[in-house]
Amino acid sequence: MTAKLIGKRIKRNEDPRLLTGQALFVDDVELPGMLHAAFLRSEYAHARLKGVDVSAALERPGVVAAFTAEDMGDAWSPGPPLVIPPPTIEEVEFYTRTQVPLVKDKVRHAGEPLAIVIAESRYIAEDALDDIVVDLEPLDVVTDIERALDSDSPLVHDDLEPNLAAHLVQEKGDYAAAREEADTVIKRRITIERGIAGAMENRGIVASWDNKQQQLTVWDTTQSPIPIRNGLASMFGLSEHQVRVIAPFVGGGFGPKIMMFYPEEVLLTWSTLKMGKPIKWIEDRRENFYATTQERGQVHDVELALTSDGRILGLRDDFLHDTGAYDPYGLTIPLNTQCHALGPYDIPNFSSDLKVVFTNKTLTTPVRGAGRPQGVYVIERMLDIAAKELGIDRVEIRKRNFLPNDVFPYDNIIIDQAFASFVIDSGDYLPAMEKALEMIGYEKFTKEEQPKLREEGRRVGIGVVSFIETTGVGPYEGARVTIESSGKISAATGVGTQGQSHFTTFAQIIAEQLGVDVRDVHLVTGDTAQFHWGTGTFASRGAVVAANAVNAAASIVRGKVLKLASEVLETPEEELEIEDGVVRVADIPTRSITLGDLAQRSNPLRGAVEPGTEPGLEATAYFGPNYGATAFGTHAMIVEVDPETMMVEIKRYIVVEDCGTVLNPLIVEGQIHGGVAHGIGNSFYEKLVFDDNGQLLNASFMDYLIPTAAEVPRIEVAHQETPSPLNPLGSKGVGEAGAIPVPALFAQAVENALGVDGLEILESPLSPQRLFELFYEEEKDA
Amino acid sequence: MKPAPFEYIAPTSVEEALGHLAEYGYDAKVLAGGQSLIPMMNFRLAQPSVLVDLNKLAELSYIRSEKDGELRIGAMTRHHQVEHDALVAEHAPLIHETMPKIATPQIRSRGTFGGSIAHADPAAELTTICVALDGRFRCRSARGERWVPAKEFFLGMFTSALEPDEILVEIAIPPMAPRTGWALEEEARRVHDFALVGVGAVLTLDAQNRCERARLVFLSVGDGPVEAEKAAEMLIGKEVTPDLIRTAAEAVSDELEPSADLHASVEYRLHLARVLAKRALERAFARAVDPGSRAA
Amino acid sequence: MSNVMDITVTVNGEVFQRRIEPRLLLSDFIRHELNLSGTHVGCEQGVCGACTILFDGMPVRSCLMFAVQADGHEIRTVEDLGTMEDLHPLQEAFWETHALQCGFCTSGFLMSILPVLEQNSGLSEDDLRHALEGNLCRCTGYQHIEDAVRLAAEKMSSGGES
Repeated sequence: MTAKLIGKRIKRNEDPRLLTGQALFVDDVELPGMLHAAFLRSEYAHARLKGVDVSAALERPGVVAAFTAEDMGDAWSPGPPLVIPPPTIEEVEFYTRTQVPLVKDKVRHAGEPLAIVIAESRYIAEDALDDIVVDLEPLDVVTDIERALDSDSPLVHDDLEPNLAAHLVQEKGDYAAAREEADTVIKRRITIERGIAGAMENRGIVASWDNKQQQLTVWDTTQSPIPIRNGLASMFGLSEHQVRVIAPFVGGGFGPKIMMFYPEEVLLTWSTLKMGKPIKWIEDRRENFYATTQERGQVHDVELALTSDGRILGLRDDFLHDTGAYDPYGLTIPLNTQCHALGPYDIPNFSSDLKVVFTNKTLTTPVRGAGRPQGVYVIERMLDIAAKELGIDRVEIRKRNFLPNDVFPYDNIIIDQAFASFVIDSGDYLPAMEKALEMIGYEKFTKEEQPKLREEGRRVGIGVVSFIETTGVGPYEGARVTIESSGKISAATGVGTQGQSHFTTFAQIIAEQLGVDVRDVHLVTGDTAQFHWGTGTFASRGAVVAANAVNAAASIVRGKVLKLASEVLETPEEELEIEDGVVRVADIPTRSITLGDLAQRSNPLRGAVEPGTEPGLEATAYFGPNYGATAFGTHAMIVEVDPETMMVEIKRYIVVEDCGTVLNPLIVEGQIHGGVAHGIGNSFYEKLVFDDNGQLLNASFMDYLIPTAAEVPRIEVAHQETPSPLNPLGSKGVGEAGAIPVPALFAQAVENALGVDGLEILESPLSPQRLFELFYEEEKDA
Repeated sequence: MKPAPFEYIAPTSVEEALGHLAEYGYDAKVLAGGQSLIPMMNFRLAQPSVLVDLNKLAELSYIRSEKDGELRIGAMTRHHQVEHDALVAEHAPLIHETMPKIATPQIRSRGTFGGSIAHADPAAELTTICVALDGRFRCRSARGERWVPAKEFFLGMFTSALEPDEILVEIAIPPMAPRTGWALEEEARRVHDFALVGVGAVLTLDAQNRCERARLVFLSVGDGPVEAEKAAEMLIGKEVTPDLIRTAAEAVSDELEPSADLHASVEYRLHLARVLAKRALERAFARAVDPGSRAA
Repeated sequence: MSNVMDITVTVNGEVFQRRIEPRLLLSDFIRHELNLSGTHVGCEQGVCGACTILFDGMPVRSCLMFAVQADGHEIRTVEDLGTMEDLHPLQEAFWETHALQCGFCTSGFLMSILPVLEQNSGLSEDDLRHALEGNLCRCTGYQHIEDAVRLAAEKMSSGGES
């Protein structure tokens, strides 16, 4: 059937509510008798906890309770690891050390919670924090990941020396041999710094234990309500059906909201069970900088071995990954880094020695990109440097190394975040690159415009990078679709929504299958009472895994509709069509029945339901891909650098993206724009600055610089569609794609703009300050 | 981040406000626009026990010019009003040019001209240009009233010459001499961030295009507005040429002692100071020579 | 030791009398005392702009005001702009151009842009940029929001409600 809705630029179903302030976010939840929590957090990054005395806080009028780790008794325990070490690799060193609900023995990062205060208002709760007397003995702090591996470094976990969380070597082919054969070997050190997700809505939880109904309801800004439900039930000895977790409208996720279990999730639940009252905790922005996870910190020692005509013989990438104070998320991020360092390129020999390191900083879990930007940065920078050394055009060297179209599915041998071989399902890299070059006018710019501008003394440069993005990983998601007697469709899926437009894209899929108006599909996401099998939104998988489950369920319902309609209309199924909510016989439009009437008929008031059948027009289906679909694309950019002030202006920005079948181009473009904006932040504005005491020097929006509209250019997006063979819709994810290649692109373009021999950019993020240092250092040396 | 408790008073006359300040002294803090004070209170970096809210003092919100062209701005006049006022555009075009660079439109809806000055933030634009324009500030207390020249008003980081019982009530900006040009140059990380470095330049030329007066005042390079007096001296009595401007601009770093912070090192700040001084002088000179280019 | 004060505020045309603590932020007053939860809080520092409302017609950060300061004044929040059945042209424009994703920053943008559109005839590119620079968005990259503002300007100048 020709798609009428899939691929169309359809307005979103959820917007009227969001635009008029009629959408429920966690902080909008008001319950009778609700109390408010605040957390006392450690100012020290590393300290032994000698004692916490909350007695003065309890004296304060309006304070109802105050708890410490001691008060939790047996309920206190470090969180469960979310991601186990890869079972598929034999020699993996892995030490699980997970976050704790409240500090018991020692503080391991600034902001770790020491106590919870519950009061009649957040204002009073914060007043009471000052009443608490804490005895902390400061310890030496370690923030640098190389220093953390020294034998005399302070230990983040006393029983683990050195601060090694994991050690893993991945290999493909024989790098050492490749190196011997190479005409050129390029060696560089690359450093990437931490950033935050920076969702506009901070985290928040309302936990309410109703003793009479023996029911726990938790509103949570989580990206994964179902695992939260299962975990809380297990933690507190409840049966799963007694626990309802609702992720209502959530103001942006970007990764850290899938981390579980945050101390606050455990404490709010434990407290409400103990007190029998609803309790609310809303993270404030200052807390967000300490208490919500961060990502990106890595140091790479890279080697690229090539032939003299630029063909890659091998890549070696040994690196350190900063996991912060704990490592609940296992190796997910650095495994992504390793896989994405291979890029869309044919790299026959690869070796990567990865060490994950503990530091006295907030823990690291995926932030939009989740380790992929670092891998892309590594390979793209090395190719740029190789191109210069070999005297080959930087576009040409990439073309020479692209995987050709006849190799897919292409097995990269090393394992990915799902612990399976990293297989690329499909790709078509050259046309995407060509399209980007055409859109940005690469030839004309490099041959005509740039030389002229250079003569005028202007530093204008161009950058082009290609990248891949693994998306749509399993394990699975599910969905249920129901036709109601009104003729409207209701549906539910377990993933949450933090702006990805599921209420529209999934509705498009259902409407396409069932021949109804998109607006007549009412979808619920993120409510475990409505759907309780699945994992969550992460790794750009909603449009792949959940969407395909939705499609499968809708398709089964369509089958039921046609079967029942065929009986009712006494016509073979092949002669029926569904349009505008009505099933009709193809050439006899008067022989018809509405979906609503059909739904009523399928739910008999009298008579039995035959064995092996079900009442109603409803179906639940699941989708679990064998492995993730790999999206890809090319970004290109023209920048100008003011050589006096080192301020940077992006003149043009082009994206050619291929995320397989596009469900709604308007929404895909929105995702790309947002991702690129985040990437621009990671390239030039956003850097978490820790001092030697583990204190964050820019823990506020004033000093942690999220780009505004003035810093983000207009982005021209072109779509290419190489459908994935891994799912019926042919879709791949796109949520992170915008952000992934930007730092690599920025480095290339700015280097090109400055045009100073010997000035190499091997770090991210940059800043005018840093460009000043690099530029004027080079000028001095020259 | 919720503020600590405080006692709140909203006087309806300046006398009443001054009476409260006399009574409470250091325990009281004055609330003007609140765009700097309230975030500090939300972070609990400031925890005044008494807040004296000046927002009901309509008598402090005005813009008028005296007969000779001197501009008088009431301290509680919102930035937004100053930004769009025709008298300001005419008599103090440097202020007019500066206003849109202050923070964001929403901050300017509420922030006040006097509040920004009294706050004495070393990164503020208004403090700097008031010094460059030889502004003076009327300070009132229950004990009386005094005028303080802008040059003497800024004593250190977030420290003005105001006594605890004093309120800044009015800002006076002298009329601009003929053949005077001006410019504000600043660079910030994002468009509305505090400047890494900024400079206000005011140049007056005589009939032979020689420089008669020059002021170069910097922001974000010290504890308050910092004037590069020696560099400005280099221009006096001479014909202003591109070379002279370059020389003077290069010399500013000899007089500045900026500190480093997480956005800029000392060297980079000094470098920016030189670059921006040159640009500011060039624009100021162009305007002094050709009033038509004042629109630039 | 809490001192409380009585205030009278007009919000979206309706007069409210409440007894509150002076330190209660206007953002919390609007959201939790009046249950107008369309205004959102992102930073309580005056940077993100999500809490922007109209105070006597001017766009203001409600997290940088105390509710007591609103005594005797007029406030407009996003709930006054339109309803789901009857959207304001600005809201319609946001809808058509996909100018919101998670929606958390949206009311702040709407209330910041509205006075600009109502006062200006003929928005220049500069006006457009300046109108948006006081609000942060992490989802959209701003482009569709810019498109929405242009579209809204068209709608409002061609006889749409303003």
